[in-house]
Amino acid sequence: MGPVTQTDFTPWMSLGGGVLIGISAVMVMALFGRIAGISGIARGVLGMVVPMEGTSDDAGWRIAFVLGLFVAPVAMALIGSPVEQTVSDNLVGMALAGLLVGVGTAIGSGCTSGHGVCGLARLSRRSAVAVMTFMIAAAATVHVLRHMLGVV
Amino acid sequence: MRSLSGFLAGLVFGLGLLISGMTNPAKVLNFLDLAGAWDPSLAFVMLGATAVTFVGYRLAWRQPKPMLEPKFDLPASNEIDRSLVAGATIFGIGWGIGGYCPGPALTALPLLAPGTLAFVPAMLFGLWLGSRARALDILSPKGTTS
Repeated sequence: MGPVTQTDFTPWMSLGGGVLIGISAVMVMALFGRIAGISGIARGVLGMVVPMEGTSDDAGWRIAFVLGLFVAPVAMALIGSPVEQTVSDNLVGMALAGLLVGVGTAIGSGCTSGHGVCGLARLSRRSAVAVMTFMIAAAATVHVLRHMLGVV
Repeated sequence: MRSLSGFLAGLVFGLGLLISGMTNPAKVLNFLDLAGAWDPSLAFVMLGATAVTFVGYRLAWRQPKPMLEPKFDLPASNEIDRSLVAGATIFGIGWGIGGYCPGPALTALPLLAPGTLAFVPAMLFGLWLGSRARALDILSPKGTTS
C-alpha cells in the first residue's frame, strides 16, 4: 500500500492526544452513560439512514459527535497547525480495507476505541481478547504485505 | 444540551486523534510494522487514553446516573464467542491494509485525501453488511450472538 514513509517518534504529542481521547470517552460515559465506540456511534448514525438491526433510535447525540469529529481538522487548520497525513492512493486497496474494517467492527462489536480504550479501561475480558486479536491480525497483515509480498 | 455535549465530546475526540498521529495511516502502519520502520508512538496514545479513561470512568460511576440519561448502559456480555474473534480478525486485517480504524477515518474525511474518500464509504457499507450478517446469525449457528 504505497512506499513506506518514515515517521517521527512523537511520544509527548501522542500521549497528549491520547489524554484528549480519554477525556472524550469519560465525557460520553458521564453524560450519556455509554461506551465511546466510534464504530458503534457510526452504526447508530447509519441506522438513521438505512434500516439496520440493533441500533438505538436515539441517534441525535451520535450525529452531533460525528460532526464534532469533522470539525476537528478544520479547528486544527484554523489555529495554524495543519494535519500531516500520508494516505495510500491505491483506491482499490483502501476500499477493501474500509470494507473489512466495517464488517469486522460490526461483527466483533467494536474497534480501537470501544474495545481498545473503553473496554480495557473497564477491564472487560471480551475487549482484552478483541484487542489482542486485532493487534495480532493487523501486525501480521503489515508483515505479510511489507516483508513477504513486498507490496510496499 | 444533548447535541452540544455530543458535539464537544466528538470535537475533543477528533482533536485527540489528530494531535496523537492516529489520523496518519503511515504512522499507524509503522507502529504495526515491528520488523520494519517501527514507530512506537501509538503505544503512548493507548497509554494516555486508557489511563485517563480508567480513572475517569470510576469517578463517573460514583454518580447514581449519567447527567443526560436515566441510567448507565454498558455492554453486559462477557462471552468470548466466535463473532468476537472473527470480527476482530477481519477488522485487524483491514486496519493493517489501510492504516485506518473507524475514528481516524471519519475525522480525516474533511481533509479529502483520495484514499480516505475510498475508505469511508466502503467502511459504512461494511458496517451495514456486518450488522446484517450478525442479525442473520451467519456466524453463530448455536445462537450465541452477543
